[in-house]
Amino acid sequence: MASVTTPNGFQLDDSGTRVVVDPICRIEGHLRIEVNLDENNVIRNAVSTGNMWRGLEVILKGRDPRDAWAFTERICGVCTGVHALQSVRAVEDALNIEIPANANHIRNLMMLAQYSHDHIVHFYHLHALDWVDVVSALSADPKATSELQQSISKWPKSSPGYFSDVQNRLKKFVESGQLGPFANAYWGSPAYKLPPEANLMATTHYLEALEFQKEIVKIHTIFGGRNPHPNWVVGGMPCSINVADAGAVGAVNMVWLNMVSDIIDQTIAFTDQVYLPDLKAIASFYKDWGFGGGLSSKNVMSYGEFPAYANNHTNESLMLPNGAILNGDLGTVYDVDVRDPDQVQEFVAHSWYKYPDETAGLHPWDGVTEPNFEIGPNTVGTRTAIENIDEGAKYSWLKSPRWRGNAMEVGPLARYLVAYARGKEDIKEQVDSTLAELGLPITALFSTLGRTAARGLESQWCAWKMREVFDDMMANLKRGDMATANMEKFDPATWETDVKGVGYGEAPRGALGHWVHIKDTKIESYQCIVPSTWNASPRDPAGNIGAYEAALLGTPMANPEQPLEILRTIHSFDPCLACASHVMSHDGRELAVVKVR
Amino acid sequence: MSDAEVIQPDGNPGAFDTLVLGIGNVLYADEGFGIRAVEALNARYAFPEDVRVMDGGTQGIFLLPWVCSARRLLIFDAVDFGMEPATLKLVRGDDVPCFMGAKKVSMHQAGFQEVLASADLTGSLPAGLALVGVQPKVLNDYGGSLTSGVRGRIDEAVEVACQVLREWNIEPLPREKPLAGTEQIGPVALDMREYELGRPVVEGGTP
Repeated sequence: MASVTTPNGFQLDDSGTRVVVDPICRIEGHLRIEVNLDENNVIRNAVSTGNMWRGLEVILKGRDPRDAWAFTERICGVCTGVHALQSVRAVEDALNIEIPANANHIRNLMMLAQYSHDHIVHFYHLHALDWVDVVSALSADPKATSELQQSISKWPKSSPGYFSDVQNRLKKFVESGQLGPFANAYWGSPAYKLPPEANLMATTHYLEALEFQKEIVKIHTIFGGRNPHPNWVVGGMPCSINVADAGAVGAVNMVWLNMVSDIIDQTIAFTDQVYLPDLKAIASFYKDWGFGGGLSSKNVMSYGEFPAYANNHTNESLMLPNGAILNGDLGTVYDVDVRDPDQVQEFVAHSWYKYPDETAGLHPWDGVTEPNFEIGPNTVGTRTAIENIDEGAKYSWLKSPRWRGNAMEVGPLARYLVAYARGKEDIKEQVDSTLAELGLPITALFSTLGRTAARGLESQWCAWKMREVFDDMMANLKRGDMATANMEKFDPATWETDVKGVGYGEAPRGALGHWVHIKDTKIESYQCIVPSTWNASPRDPAGNIGAYEAALLGTPMANPEQPLEILRTIHSFDPCLACASHVMSHDGRELAVVKVR
Repeated sequence: MSDAEVIQPDGNPGAFDTLVLGIGNVLYADEGFGIRAVEALNARYAFPEDVRVMDGGTQGIFLLPWVCSARRLLIFDAVDFGMEPATLKLVRGDDVPCFMGAKKVSMHQAGFQEVLASADLTGSLPAGLALVGVQPKVLNDYGGSLTSGVRGRIDEAVEVACQVLREWNIEPLPREKPLAGTEQIGPVALDMREYELGRPVVEGGTP
């Protein structure tokens, strides 16, 4: 190849030194990144490979569609609820089931809580270490740290003694030699820019975030029953509510509802007083690190989420709107229709699958998942031990989803850009005031840090929205509407024999869709397109590169032996490939042929 | 066959003393051992209020709130001990974190070793730790169930766990009646029998 320009406007040059990072995820999943560096250690080519195969389609075929949520909840180690939600939505869509208002409120509450929680965990436990040097925190002055804390927030845990205690605990931990969660970082790298005090403050909040998790998970346990895998039901939510003094045993009562309300207040406090101030403080030291924008300044997409009104997924109802932006034109936002066979399609020209015609894409209702592991002639290594992958051939277990043929970035930044462009006042105000505070223009959002910032802003927005949704639900309950599920069509005898449905919305990581085909009351086919597939996708037949590959281009590396900059940008997408990809045996053999009984 | 399961709030992660946690993924053959073992334990025995029996799946760092809330933690998991397939092994105390990550059977263990280290860092690592592990045979049979050797160790794993719990002064109470829906630790569709009945037949043989 040497040097080419992709149809979506990126320059690729694979002539320089090849660097391989594998694996790159700190949580579930397998992702490998290869890049080429020029003589100044700037990334000029990037290759994203999902290296697991999972055949969800295989295990769901022939099963009861009302059970699909329980299986989809297990395909990912992290996003349990989001898959379950899209799964029950898909089946409800296929069977024309309308859910009651309370079920909609509860689903919104659970998803909002999940967003806030997930974003906090991502920021403090999975991403902060790309920006925060824990070892440097050991040399911080606790008094100066206390002053820093008090200057940015009214959070009460801010005394010099408190920071001194944390520092001592940290010292003991590091001296014991068991770095544990901090073992895989690149301490002391010149790419770290925070002063020791900011490092100590952020590390302290890392520990506080662990404590806070104990609270926010309770929302799921209250409405979803079991934990950590909450229960769902086609037709609504499987819990009953009782706001009277006496009534059904086992119902969600006022004691529980008050607990939910308290947790919402705590979430608002944590995001307002800890997460957002930390984010701004860290960002202020990395203002000149404006890399990693990639597709975000060109093509972004959101399916929309949080319907204010049950069964209404139009933009009149969605608190985070649906839309697609092309070529960075914020003045035009297109509607995204996931049912339209010409809009959402998956390609496999560079994926380890087989299509009858690999120049064309397939809509998920017509989706085919037939493994085809073969490596290109320019591969360095063997089928079982690839040293350098050949991106000219098939090179990933992820398919390449495209919207009207375009590679799209999805996730919090995409949602925020769509909401901003759609003129959502609450989002605009939050974004504009944050940028003004940091003295940055809107274009600063098109970066790794912009992606990280959008996630933080969204976490805060979700905390506020939980309050609104909770109050709406309480008002509805007080009007005497106690219904949480519509079971009219739960009995398969009431179903038509051949129906299709789609459940779609936004997971914390981005656009998520489940497409189901139900025949004779059983699942005939099931396809998911998950957020990380959009972002981590390999090239399509036209040569468009996906969001991960695009975001890495042009980034200078301080030291190629310590790929901190690559981790930073990829982690800013909150990568989670357990569900995006599929698993296979080490020798690359294909799965056995499957016949359904 | 699906039942609409009405559930009860099961709220406060802080309201227990001992956590019995099965981890792994039921969709991956022997990787489901931890979940199947905890399912079997729960089917046979009831426990006092302050014992929480939980299917932790592959939640990794998201299990931290529960781990930190426990004074004692008993884990069931498929672990690569480097021994014959289906070998059962009890590990205690400080050795538990080591075995949870020495040779990773799956991605969830990277997460779980980190959970124990993070719990330690916050000063809330459970004082009592035990791991009932089995050496898995097959992990890549997606949608499959336990292999026969591993399945054959479930009864023993349950009894070993009960022994540990008795040492912790917890008396497992044999159940007299089959579980009601709300007493099960996971959804009915994933219960081992239902799960296996719904499995497509694989041509060319299952491992």
